[in-house]
Formats: sequence, structure tokens, C-alpha cells
Amino acid sequence: MAAPDVIVIGGGLHGCSSALHLARRGLAVTLLEKDHVGRHASGVNAGGVRRLGRHVAEIPLSLAAMELWHGIRDLVDDDCGFESHGQVKVAESEAELEILRRRVAELGTLGYSHEELLGADGLREILPAVSPHCTGALLCRADGAANPYRTTLAFKRKAESLGARIEEGRRVTGLRRVRGLWRIETAEGAAFESPVVINCAGAWADRIAALLGEPVPLEVWALMLMISGRLPPFIRPVVGTVARPLSFKQFANGTVLIGGGYRGRAERDRNWTELDFRGLAQSAETVWDLFPAMRGAEIVRAWAGIEARMPDDIPVIGPSSTEEQLFHAFGFSGHGFQLGPIVGALIAELVTGGRSNLPLAPFRVDRFQKGPA
Amino acid sequence: MFRRLPDAKRDTVSLTVDGNALTARAGDSVAAALLAAGVLVCRTSAVSETPRAPYCLMGVCFECLLAIDGRQNRQACLVQVADGMRIETQAGKREVGR
Amino acid sequence: MSDLAGLKASYELAVVGAGPAGLAAATLAAELGIDTLLIDEQDGPGGQIYRAIARSPLGEPAILGADYWQGATLLAPFRASGAAYLPGAAVWSVSRALEIGVSAGGTARLIQAKHVILATGALERPFPIPGWTLPGVMTAGAAQILLKSSGLVAEGEIVLAGSGPLLWLVAAQYLRAGARIAALLDTTPRANRSAALRHFPAFLVSSYFAKGIALMRAVKRRVRVVRNVTALAGEGQSRLETVVYREEDGRERHLPANLLLLHQGVTPNLNLANATGCAQAWDERQLCFKPVVDGWGASSIDGVSIAGDGAGIAGAAAAEARGRLAALAAAAKLGRIASAERDRRAAAHRAALARAERGRAFLDTLYRPAKAFRVPQGDVVACRCEEVSAREIVAAVALGCSGPNQMKSFLRCGMGPCQGRLCGLTVSELIADARGLSPAAVGYYRLRPPVKPITLAELAGLPKSSEAVKAVERS
Repeated sequence: MAAPDVIVIGGGLHGCSSALHLARRGLAVTLLEKDHVGRHASGVNAGGVRRLGRHVAEIPLSLAAMELWHGIRDLVDDDCGFESHGQVKVAESEAELEILRRRVAELGTLGYSHEELLGADGLREILPAVSPHCTGALLCRADGAANPYRTTLAFKRKAESLGARIEEGRRVTGLRRVRGLWRIETAEGAAFESPVVINCAGAWADRIAALLGEPVPLEVWALMLMISGRLPPFIRPVVGTVARPLSFKQFANGTVLIGGGYRGRAERDRNWTELDFRGLAQSAETVWDLFPAMRGAEIVRAWAGIEARMPDDIPVIGPSSTEEQLFHAFGFSGHGFQLGPIVGALIAELVTGGRSNLPLAPFRVDRFQKGPA
Repeated sequence: MFRRLPDAKRDTVSLTVDGNALTARAGDSVAAALLAAGVLVCRTSAVSETPRAPYCLMGVCFECLLAIDGRQNRQACLVQVADGMRIETQAGKREVGR
Repeated sequence: MSDLAGLKASYELAVVGAGPAGLAAATLAAELGIDTLLIDEQDGPGGQIYRAIARSPLGEPAILGADYWQGATLLAPFRASGAAYLPGAAVWSVSRALEIGVSAGGTARLIQAKHVILATGALERPFPIPGWTLPGVMTAGAAQILLKSSGLVAEGEIVLAGSGPLLWLVAAQYLRAGARIAALLDTTPRANRSAALRHFPAFLVSSYFAKGIALMRAVKRRVRVVRNVTALAGEGQSRLETVVYREEDGRERHLPANLLLLHQGVTPNLNLANATGCAQAWDERQLCFKPVVDGWGASSIDGVSIAGDGAGIAGAAAAEARGRLAALAAAAKLGRIASAERDRRAAAHRAALARAERGRAFLDTLYRPAKAFRVPQGDVVACRCEEVSAREIVAAVALGCSGPNQMKSFLRCGMGPCQGRLCGLTVSELIADARGLSPAAVGYYRLRPPVKPITLAELAGLPKSSEAVKAVERS
């Protein structure tokens, strides 16, 4: 069998998106996933599709991704459960509202206007169920949420339909250059060769980078989520807050997903996470304070995915700093889902043209070695 | 549908189901009390709104979900009857066209 | 409902489940001086098999039979042992650090233990036939619970259907209580009888034989029994009105019925063990997943043992013995007895266990449920909570959902309140069947705490993490 043009390591959303966009450009792609597609962070996250609250460096990518989300069916033949009822970030005091005002001003100077400021009345109009003590919010009307596992699977299937080979149960243990090609070895004793490799290995991406001798200060996180039983519909937008970690959304079936970034414990080599109920208790208290309608709810399930975090909370996207023909896309620090559709396109641009159409300098893999002493 | 064996000696307990008075025996679970009173259907299902009734009576099937004294989604087979208890059957569908 | 106010922050040993395994384990441990807490979801001890044993409303002991009343002998020693007892409380989490999340009376607490014995028993195998979600269809065990706990017996057109000793026991108990049973439809596959023959000698000398024969005779004398039933369905508008069944000759029959009691064996209630992280394995003879334990009940998680039917179906007598073995092992691990003494004391319980297990191979083989009743087809509901059909599951396999966890994410099966208790086996077997693999290769749902729902109020009332640092800013 002919060697592929590109090998993608990692079958999360960014890996599958890379495979798809490369296949769309006619390249032969093989994707190697150590468990199954969407097994980790990509398949179990809160599904938030937001531009709201992004790090300034991410905004160009996020805006481009949002356009793809609003036509996602054209891209992957599936609507991915994407629903757009807006995302809001709620302020609970005057001081917090002031933070939001300054944010809007800051974005304005950079030419962005996708985040709207709402006062108390405006907030109550779109979020009638929120506690009366809240003073206002930022709103992105076209933001929303999708089904993370379904989305990842859709990207995988579309990539396959365009000729990509997705191989599950392939854990990469060796990566080196042999006669000008990358040679990849897996735990089961298989070997693959290709001129180009993409590192989309999520919480294990530092391991892949280490095979190249490229240091990457990745931290492994187990971000916790919980879901309620079915409740009568009382909320449409996805909700976050200024000061307290919260990601809160109600699905069409009435269940409410509560996330926000409280951490459990992860053992990434065993694919194991453990919940910290004290952290979930804090999350529950936040919900209690913000949404009195939730006080009668019960939590039926909690879980935590295994996610990668970079020290500055923004991802690594771009070429390796030590090797030719190797590109990274990992470390999305708990907010990579919405960026998935565009990151694959950027990787495809880098592979085929050597440059991307969006600014990737802030995401350089070697940025951690520079910096103040 | 279910009759009480004559040996079954117990004090009676009064409660209401959807506002209607019902007599049960001390020691009954709420699920058993309803069945004894001829109330079979306790809710409608969450997706298709079809009627459901208790299935396992041991706390694993989650079919007997009722609102008891204002608290929703309680497993009626795990709650003992008490005088004055207020029980409400639950309409299942939470979904709304979006 | 009890409250948690009297609970200490930690115990040496926590036992979850007050059936025969849990009662025996807690009693022995407490007698050895171990600070023991027994937690159970029901209001009284006995689990399911000895349900309501402490306060049965039935005046006539003959209805339930001697085997049931045997359970009462566990009570006095337990009460005298000094173990703390927390009834009416749901354990929703056991962490690998042996921190236990428990709720009672609307409050939740986290309790620390040095060792945990899970004795969560068994539940009835799902019985996915057309119409099994209709009001008027219940498990045979449910009818038994109503009889034991409330002295209630069904009237009208009652049909029992399925396979296994419990079906005959419930029939016999019902007849003794004065009920009239329209028919007992036996779905035991004909081929099982010859397969079971080689285990018959052991069965012959076991305690099950004489009791079983007497039971079946008593029932057959008064109830129409139809054997080799190959298909079953419940029909009715908004509740059960008719039971339709197919006999070996292919002929379809209709029985008017307002109560259908289903039973095709019991399987380990393994949600808590699974959520804690205990390894499980598929048992091809018993056609179920069960936790992997050693001869002392030790699971793959250090400090967590599993005893009784929750570790593998073997019946009440075996459960008592395994509970005692687990308690002895915990006592040695906690340094209360030396391992030599542990082994010495264990000998009698191992002998009791061997006696109790005699004859089980025959029962397991004879009553191994037919595939038709384990792997449904078409529109039959596989996941009751989320109303997911067999057809949808098979279609999702074709789309690439190759295991139960992917299936859960894609179709929501297993995401409902019962957390897979009534669909886990069905879904694993459906996927296995569609892929031409063994359920062992396909696996089971990966479960997570809370294994029973907890209210937002209960959760918010737990001690909070002191480190706000642990949380992440989302932007």
C-alpha cells in the first residue's frame, strides 16, 4: 500500500479536522488514534461553540471558525447538533460589569464588535431565569453549542469519505526520520511512513514532541462536568460568568449541563479520571446562586475528560521549531472545541503552502522558551 | 389489581395523589401504596410521553419517578409513606420545539 | 429515612448493602473489633432476597417459605455486633482514596474509610420484549417485593414468563397466598437441558435439588405451564391487555392479561463497582459482566472488596460466606488479625461456600437465557429511559459506534436515570451481535459517580474545595 502524504497523530476533533481539510485538498491522509475517535476531551466536553471571551490571539481563528459552524452541514454532512441561541457572560456586581465594559472597549480598539454589552434589563430579557442580583452581561448572539462526540465523529466520517484512513487502536511509540521520511511505530508493532506528520495528540502531545526532542510544557487536566435530570425549559443561551467558573446550558431534552473548569484528577496513561466532589460542590453552589429555577434539580451524572493545558492558556498551532515537515495543533486548554473546524484548515494551509491565512505567531511552539527571566 | 392479604396488619396512613385522598398502610413504599390503591400509571415517559408504571420496585429501573412533597423525580419505591404526604404524578416530556 | 447527623467523619470499614453478604461481613468485622459502618438504601436490613425480613407484614410464614425466614438468623448477631447501621441512605460515590459519598434525608456527606466492602447484590436481567415498557409489565421480583413488604398479591389475569428458579418460587409463593395464575410461560431453551446434564450429579446432591423439584411440582399441579416458548410480547393500548407468545411449533397464542411478570435470572448490580474503577470481565456461562475479584473478594482497586451476588451470582448462602471471607481479609489488612489467623478462620467459610456453590453450574446452564430474549430486534426498546430501540443501536454500529460508550454519546442510551442498569447488558450484546464479536471484546458502559442521583442542594451542601485556584477561568 502506498505511503500516505500526511500522517495525523490523534483522533480528537483537531486531528479529524486536519484529516478532513487535508483530504479535501486531495492529499492521502492516515490518522492514527490510540483509543477510538473522540474518546477524550473532544468527545466529552461541554460542546460550547463560542467567540465570547476569547483570548485576543484566538479571536481571528474563532471568527473564521464560527462561519464554518453556521454552515457545518456543508462541511461534514451533519448538523452536529449545533444550536445557536447565543452565549452570555454574566456580571454579578457593578465592578464585574465594569470589567465587561472595558473588554468591549478593548475589542473595539482592535476592530472587533462581536461582543455586545447588556445592562440588567437587557440581561433579563434574554435570560429571564437568572438571579435578580446580576447586573448585566456580554452577549454573542450567534454563539451556541453542539454535540461534541457527534461532531468529532462527523469530521471523521467525512474525512473517510474523501479517502482518509482512520486507524484506531494505534498508539504511537516511535517517531523518527528515516531516509527523509517520518517513520512512526506503534505499540502493537505496526509502522507507518510519510513525509509529513501532524501532532494532534491532545493531552499526550508532549510525548510526541518529546520523541523529537522538542520540549513542550503541557499540563494534563481533568475538567469536570455534570448533567441534571430533565427540567422544563427555562434557558436558551449558554451561560458563563465573569468571576466564577461556570459553563451552563440546557439541551432540547431538558437536561442541563454544568461545567466550568473545576478539576478532578487524571492518570493519562490509564485513561483514568477521578472526580473531586468538593469542586463539584462549588460548581453546584454557583448554579444555586445564579439560577433559582435549578434548586429542585438533581445531578444524574458527572465526568471528566482528559485535556491538555498550556501555561498561557492558548494552544500550540504551527510548525515544529526543531524539525521540518512536522506541525503541531494541541494544547487547547479547555476551549478548543469551537476552533476545531478552522484549525484543520490552517494545518492544511501550512502543509500545502507553508503559510496560513490567519495569524499564528502567538501559538508558536517555542514561545515558552523565550520570555522574561 | 393488587389486594391486601388479610394477615397484613398495619396502621393506616393518609396521603394525597394529585390532590385525591388515598389510604395506605404504614411500611408501604409510595409505589406499593399507589399500586394497592389501583393507581398503575405514575408518569409519562420523557421522550415520547407514553405512560409508564413501576417495573422493578427495588430502586434500579427509575420508572416510579414521582414528585413527593414538592421534590421532583423521587423513586417512589424507596420512599416510605407518611401521613399527609403529597404525591404528584409527573408529565414526562420536557422537550420544546426550538 | 435516617439522617446523617450521627455519622462520624471516618470509619475503619464501610460496607455498602445490607443483604446477606453485607450483614455477614459487617457482623464479623465488628465482632473482631473493627469500627464498622453498614450503609443500605432500603429502610430495613435484608437486601432484596430477605426484603422486609425484620418487619414483614405477613402473618403466615408458610407463604414465603423457610428459605426466606433463614435470613432472620442474620439479624440478631448483626444488631449485637456493635456495627453502626445507616439505613435509607444511598451511596453515590466511592473514590479510589476510599472517600464515600452518601445521601440520606436530603443531605449528603463525604465519609472516609480505610477499607470498603461493596455488597450491592443483584438485579434482574433486562427482558427486552415488545411491550415490556407497558404499564402492567413488571419483574417477578417486583411482585415478590410487594408480597414481602406490603402483603400485596395481584388479582386478575396474571401471567408469569421467563426462566429460572425465581420464576417458580414466585409462582409458588403467589399460589400459597391465594392468587390465581393464568399461565406460566417457560422460555428456557430446550437445548439447555442436554447441556445441563453433565452438571446434574452435583445438582442432585445440592440443597437446590429437592427444594426445586418440590416447588415445580406444586406449581405445575395448579398452573398451566407452557414450555419451550420462543417468543413473547405484551400488547395493549396504554397498558397491558394481552400477552402474545410463540410455542416451539411456531404457533402464536394470545392470552388476555393485565399483569405480566417477567424473569430471566439475575445479574450483578455492578454500577458502584464500575464507577469506582473496579475491573470487570464478561462471564460467558452466566452471560453477564461481573467485577474481577480474588478468593478474598479483593477487587482491582486497593482497599475495595466485593462480596455476594454483586461479585458474581451464586445465591444467598454463598453471599454470606463471601461476606465473611471479605471481612476476614479486611481485618488482616487493617492489622486486626494476622494472616495465619485469617486463613484459619476462613476454612469454615470456604467449606460453606463450596457447599453453597454446589449445583449452581447446573442452574446456570439450564436457565441460560435464549439469545432471542437478550438481543432484541427492530423497534423493541433497548434503553427504557431514553427510548432507544434495537434498530437504532444496530444502525449506529454501522455508522462507526463500535462500543457502548460511543453508543452512549451518540444515541443517549445509558444516559438516562437508571445509568444503564436496565440496558447495559442489552446494548453490549446488541453491539457484539452486530459486529460478530463476543461481549467480552465489546465491553460495557464506563460508569461514573454519582451512581444514584443527588440533588443540587445536597451537592452544594458538601464541603467546598478551599482552593479557588483549582478552577479555571474560561476566557
